Amino acid sequence: MAMKKDEEINIEETSQSGMDRRKFLKLSGTGALGLAASGLIGGLGFSSIARAAEGKGPIKVGILHSLSGTMAISEVSLRDVVLMAIDEINAAGGVMGRKLEPVVVDPASNWDLFAEKGKELLLKEKVAVTFGCWTSVSRKSVLPVYEKNNGLLFYPVQYEGEECSRNVFYTGAAVNQQAIPAVEYLMSKDGGSYKKFYLLGTDYVYPRTTNKILRAMLLAKGVPAKNIKEEYTPFHHQDYQTIVQKIKAFSRGGGATVISTINGDSNVPFYKEFSNQGLTSGDVPIMAFSVAEDELRGMDTSSLVGHLAAWNYYQSVKTPQNKKFVSAFKAYCEKNKLPGGKSRVTDDPIEAAYFGVYLWKQAVEKAKTTDVDAVRKAAYGQEFLAPGGKVMLDKRNHHTHKPVLIGEILKNGQFDVIWKSKGLVAPDPWSEYTSPDKGCDWVDHKGTYKKA
Amino acid sequence: MNDFMLTLFLPLIVLAAGILISALAFAEEPVPPSIAQSILDLGDTNRELQEESVFALEKSGDPDVLPVLEALRGGNLNIWMEADGKRRIVMSGDAVDLEDGTQVLPLFEAYGGKPILDAQGKQIQVIEENLEGIRLGRRMRIKLTPMLDRLRLFSREAAIRESAATKVGLTGFAEALPILEQALNKEKNPWVRSALEEALGLIQLSDENPSIRKKAAENLGRIHALNAVAMLEERIQANDAGESEETDIAVKAAITEAIQKIEAWSVWTRTVETIFSGISLSSILLLVALGLAITFGLMGVINMAHGELMMLGAYATYIIQEFFVAYMPSDVRDLYFILAIPLAFGIAALFGLLLEKFIIRKLYGRPLETLLATWGISLVLQQGVRQIFGAANVDVASPAWLSGGLRVANGIQFPYNRLFIIALSIMSVLSVYLLVLRSPIGLKIRAVTQNRQMSACMGITTERVDAWTFALGAGLAGMAGAALTLIGNVGPDLGQNYIVDSFLVVVTGGVGKIAGTVGAAFGIGGINKILEPGLGAIYAKVAILLIVILFLQKKPSGLFPAKGRNIDL
Repeated sequence: MAMKKDEEINIEETSQSGMDRRKFLKLSGTGALGLAASGLIGGLGFSSIARAAEGKGPIKVGILHSLSGTMAISEVSLRDVVLMAIDEINAAGGVMGRKLEPVVVDPASNWDLFAEKGKELLLKEKVAVTFGCWTSVSRKSVLPVYEKNNGLLFYPVQYEGEECSRNVFYTGAAVNQQAIPAVEYLMSKDGGSYKKFYLLGTDYVYPRTTNKILRAMLLAKGVPAKNIKEEYTPFHHQDYQTIVQKIKAFSRGGGATVISTINGDSNVPFYKEFSNQGLTSGDVPIMAFSVAEDELRGMDTSSLVGHLAAWNYYQSVKTPQNKKFVSAFKAYCEKNKLPGGKSRVTDDPIEAAYFGVYLWKQAVEKAKTTDVDAVRKAAYGQEFLAPGGKVMLDKRNHHTHKPVLIGEILKNGQFDVIWKSKGLVAPDPWSEYTSPDKGCDWVDHKGTYKKA
Repeated sequence: MNDFMLTLFLPLIVLAAGILISALAFAEEPVPPSIAQSILDLGDTNRELQEESVFALEKSGDPDVLPVLEALRGGNLNIWMEADGKRRIVMSGDAVDLEDGTQVLPLFEAYGGKPILDAQGKQIQVIEENLEGIRLGRRMRIKLTPMLDRLRLFSREAAIRESAATKVGLTGFAEALPILEQALNKEKNPWVRSALEEALGLIQLSDENPSIRKKAAENLGRIHALNAVAMLEERIQANDAGESEETDIAVKAAITEAIQKIEAWSVWTRTVETIFSGISLSSILLLVALGLAITFGLMGVINMAHGELMMLGAYATYIIQEFFVAYMPSDVRDLYFILAIPLAFGIAALFGLLLEKFIIRKLYGRPLETLLATWGISLVLQQGVRQIFGAANVDVASPAWLSGGLRVANGIQFPYNRLFIIALSIMSVLSVYLLVLRSPIGLKIRAVTQNRQMSACMGITTERVDAWTFALGAGLAGMAGAALTLIGNVGPDLGQNYIVDSFLVVVTGGVGKIAGTVGAAFGIGGINKILEPGLGAIYAKVAILLIVILFLQKKPSGLFPAKGRNIDL
């Protein structure tokens, strides 16, 4: 306790000099000098966060989602739902009697800006926690900032795994909570006993890693290599003629399915071309991992009907708390005059962003402080009744235990749940198929470790 | 243009209406008594009677029993007690949430699928507890799946019949033979016939009689049964002991020949598909680059906002669609697209006019400043649209008459939306050609772009010509945007996807020449599609860029360099 007092006094002094340095930083602009200066502040950052934790005023909470640029299409909704959760919490008396004060920054779909804005949140705003990022590259970009300054980031999107950061809680799915069960379902009798798999994705880290794991899994399950095709397209690819022709040729003889990790705006051209060339979901179903209700909102769904998706939550999930959540979100968007208003929808990342805020709140209340190290410890094993059902933060690996649901796309852009996992699926950041020797554990090990 | 489109698509519309009317006429028929009894028996607790009635329904050969059995398989067939205590078998639709939070199921007739109405003419909706779902025994459930496939052979929709024929063929049970033959005898649609013949052939391949097997192989080769290759190869493939499943030498020869025939056919279909996709991609490139060929090519304005003009056209299409959805009767809704094309042209042209008047005019002769200014405008437009319509994409539904495709041969289907874009780009190029090279206005445009001072001396109001030329280029971009809604998303970033391609085409073609733009579009599109099957989408794109770089090293001013006096900037 005495130690802590000392530290606090010290901090009072250093934060003074910190101010000066920040002014200096502003003057010097960017460049090498700026970098060096920010590095210095970075060194002081940890203790400044600790100070913010002991304060009495409102708790600052960072929101790091792109509000402009290409990723705005997906990320704006996450900002909206986090703000809604903060509103809810504040209306119910805040956290430990303190109000939450959101600090929203716009990294503008620019990966480098993510790191810069993350630094701003941690060092200038001294937020207790950040909710943010969508793409893996943006997460990888802020990761060093959060690790160096001991920040806390809740990441709400399904991703490729192979990561185990002490400073991140992953509330989205790992590959074994989405892609693997989906493919196992397609191979099962109930799912249609498919035998040939066309792995099609956009060319970046999530599809590449996911498909690497899926290929290893399919081979392990005895699917011959000639029945697995892998193909990638550049971002924003629009012309799917040749690929659909290839799929058509691949599917001859039956038993073929497409596993799609196509991202964002390439989906509409792909599905349209697929149906216009005469392929149907009955003959060759497409299982997608990146198509959710929020994206379907802006799509002509007629060519997607009957195709499949795998997620951990759908707006159509029938639980009392989801009914409340969906109508609260619609009401929130309407009340705040957000584009779309009442016709807004919820989906998996929106739900994961939402319950992430509550998991953090519970952890803070258990730790009785917003100090990052204490909150992290308290977060292990936290359970919360999320809109889609109970979820739990793992006791060791910073990921979330979630149910897996397979849905069929309906004309109205919603999903009909056709399969549900039995209970929660435990997260496995290092896939047993590609990295059987690796594990992630922050209790008995220091993050990623080699299994004996 | 509207007339042209109408003549093009009127037959289709009439056809669609005809199908609708005939479907309604069928629904009016009363339920045959024997079928009514069998449907009622489905709900019986006696499993034997239940199974018997399933078989009776199958034997009836009535296409309308298929939905009944599909509902039975899907668990949507229920027993419902009417107010007067009468047992009725009904189909339940998707659950609807009422205002007070309760969930109700709408009811439909089991046979014919019409909504069941109450005395006021409203569809009856009941809560789940008031229905008793009909459940089948496991034995029956297993039997029902292949039975449904067999029944689908007699569905009213050709696509369902065709897909069912393929499925039955691939499962390959000899018991399906008589029913396939029966279906083949009734079938008139050539595509479904071919699928049925393929199914027959596939099943007969494992017949005991070698002469039937030989005949089957020959048939499969004759109809180019693309689905059969894998199974044919399997039959003659030698295992480790050097033995194959097929032992008869004559049959083996027939199978080998069939495989060769089918392979040759598939090479041919691939060639046709590649050529078509090359033309289609080229037509899209041409359409998006045509406006730029005028603003950049003829006028020398490096217009980085070209893509955003396309985006404006696409959003104009969206607005028209929303207007039609809100104010027009649903049967003419799909015609919105015909109106959208000229309107997108108009809106983008108007915007181009303003852009020229207030910004670009002040920057003629300063290409770098123009570049920066137009790039800034493009950012402003993107974020502006994001503020108004939201960051999410908007939903522009392709009209039904442009969905699907034209079957030209077994395995080849040309999508209507792509055919439409090909036609539109041909028409646009022709109009631009006539306007620029064969009209008095075009003469002025060319004069001003070739020598501004001299034209001014000859009494041409160069400022006005500039304004109208820029508006024309902008309008063409807007029209391209409207057409692009048929193949892709409509969102604030739409323009970004095409801006690089448009500049690529114009620069490769030779700045200042419309013929060059056409040539470059076809060159780039064609080469891309030739390379893509082998290299994949990513490396094809890389290869195209490399080829263009090498080409421009050789011919720096493009395919068709402007001769003589250069463009006056």
